[in-house]
Amino acid sequence: MTGADAIIKCLEAEEVKVVFGYPGVAIAPFYNSILDSKIRPVLVRTEQSAAHAASGYARISGKSAVCAVTSGPGATNVITGIATAYADSIPLICITGQVHSELIGSDVFQEADITGAVESFVKYSYLIKNAEDIPRIFKEAFFIANSGRKGPVLIDIPVDIQDAQIKDFTYPDEISMRTYKPTVKGHAVQIKKVISQLEKAKRPMICVGGGIHLSGGTKELIHFAERYRIPVVSTMMGIGAMPTRHPLYFGMVGNNGKNYANRAMNESDMLIMVGARVADRAMSQPDLIMANKILVHIDVDTAEIGKNVGPAIPLVGDAKHIFDQLEEEECPAQSDALIKKRAEWIKTLEDYRDTMKRIRTPNPDYVDPAVFIRRLSEKMENNAIYVADVGQNQIWSCTYYVVREGRFLTTGGMGTMGYSIPAAMGAKAAAPNRQVVAVCGDGSFQMSMMELATIRQHDIPVKIIVLKNNYLGLVREFQHYSYNDKYSVVDLTGSPDLSQIAKAYEMDFIRLTNMAEAEGAIDSFLLEDKSVLMECLIDPMDMVRG
Amino acid sequence: MKKVFQLLVDNNAGVLSRISGLFARRGYSIESITAGITADPSYTRITIVASGDEQILDQIEKQVAKLVDVREIKELTPQRSVYRELALIKVRALVDNRQGVITLVDIFRANIIDVAPESIIIEMTGDQDKIDAFINLLEGYEILELARTGIAGLARGTEKVTYL
Repeated sequence: MTGADAIIKCLEAEEVKVVFGYPGVAIAPFYNSILDSKIRPVLVRTEQSAAHAASGYARISGKSAVCAVTSGPGATNVITGIATAYADSIPLICITGQVHSELIGSDVFQEADITGAVESFVKYSYLIKNAEDIPRIFKEAFFIANSGRKGPVLIDIPVDIQDAQIKDFTYPDEISMRTYKPTVKGHAVQIKKVISQLEKAKRPMICVGGGIHLSGGTKELIHFAERYRIPVVSTMMGIGAMPTRHPLYFGMVGNNGKNYANRAMNESDMLIMVGARVADRAMSQPDLIMANKILVHIDVDTAEIGKNVGPAIPLVGDAKHIFDQLEEEECPAQSDALIKKRAEWIKTLEDYRDTMKRIRTPNPDYVDPAVFIRRLSEKMENNAIYVADVGQNQIWSCTYYVVREGRFLTTGGMGTMGYSIPAAMGAKAAAPNRQVVAVCGDGSFQMSMMELATIRQHDIPVKIIVLKNNYLGLVREFQHYSYNDKYSVVDLTGSPDLSQIAKAYEMDFIRLTNMAEAEGAIDSFLLEDKSVLMECLIDPMDMVRG
Repeated sequence: MKKVFQLLVDNNAGVLSRISGLFARRGYSIESITAGITADPSYTRITIVASGDEQILDQIEKQVAKLVDVREIKELTPQRSVYRELALIKVRALVDNRQGVITLVDIFRANIIDVAPESIIIEMTGDQDKIDAFINLLEGYEILELARTGIAGLARGTEKVTYL
């Protein structure tokens, strides 16, 4: 068997069903072998989308997802997608073809030092120099990508290694890496400390981040919060960990979050951070927020604990495991006084939520993104997947989307425009029976518009909404506040007529110009399991802070 | 402040660039870095002298520990460790001042490893303070070239030793 055959065998052993990618000479042996397997190759229209699609797939399947591209420009095009996945800790396996191993370093056609170039955006990378190493390297790569703090792993394979003959193929059952041993279980002493602190806390609060989804521990989180009556807020990446209308859920924190969520977090006396980085957009002044409270920081990555804020109780481990461990601890007897205090605390937060709601004054001549997104989410299926792009559409989505049992996907770390369509494609490929909707602006749509062809070719029926305002809205809004309305390079004049785009790609098209027709438009948009492009004309001067 | 870290890493291709790359992209400063194989050639032992405040040094330790190739990182404290550095110093030494240099070399228990008509090369091993002191004393002479290796270190005793 050839090296390429061996790679396919490895992917089969890892139960990979789909590979997103783009072929070229340096990855040709791989794409030759893939046809002899049951793995479905999906041809994207630009390599960056391959990584985003794999990201969507990984986030919904919970498994490492695979993309495969050629050397040189194919590999460098995928870097932004890899960096996006790295920032959000998404497990990807990126296979890149490489020039003949004897030519590496001589700047031949389509040669790029991809392992060097992606070093700061991958969890690990390999350059395979011997075809016999393929099984071990793939086994390690899949293990590294989807354990500990998850992330992308890149495997660069010279074309001659893909063509090389290997004598016998055995995929290792077990893995033992002497230098890589991620912590999964939380330290028993620290677990006990959390419980005893909970006995004293009058105003406890949980702030949940993307780590909870990655650990698959949302049920355990909800159970824990309910058992101890602890209110929950989330970061952008944590949205959907708890249903939006759960009585203990108080919204997203951060500079784009709900002001009552920020206030709630600030006033807590015990804050349990779960799988959150305490990044600048979620907490701009962590030291200030942390004054006068006990911080418990649960994270699988030791280095995140104490990076931006020093916790009183660090708790390293996988969030799901830690909630399981907390569950085993006996719920301490709570005094009547404490129970009363907790009830008062939740009541206070409810008051904040009721009185601090932002009142918008929508322009009746346009679609109001707030009302529209809320209505859309209410009409979507219970377990639907909503993928928000980057820009005003993302902030409105975070603020107004109502999650029930489904998922809310977006790129919170890197904020890569054009993420939503390919990621929705990946999510739909992972869960063909679930409703998947991508929501983007007219800027981000045009960054991934070419993927309509992929959707069509491979029959991946994702639904797409474009909130069109003819502006790069979030930048325009920034220029409104910071540069006195001096708008620079944010006008999208010249954008195509989306009805023509939909026609060209043979997709159904709906244009919504005001809220009067919204009900019917949303119903027909969601009716059938097929791709529909829906354009919503929104007020160009509307603002997320408005 | 400064700390000395000892790392035990898998001797994989690119391991040094992964470690130095981590320092570069996170803005940590390295004062010196030395690397060499251990008793088991599949492992490399690296000694890094890093500087920064307490929080930065703590992050350095955690971020390095996270690298897939790194088996362990530990601090070598001055009280419980020994450090040594090698310096090679080429000094202009003509017939009339050569004896003075030789006297200094003797006092510091250094070695002369090359003699040319106008210069000598001195080899010296010691902790950094000793080498600094020696170089200071040589200032009366003309130092033509200087090469320092950066320190290598080991913890004293057998407590918590990873045998390699």
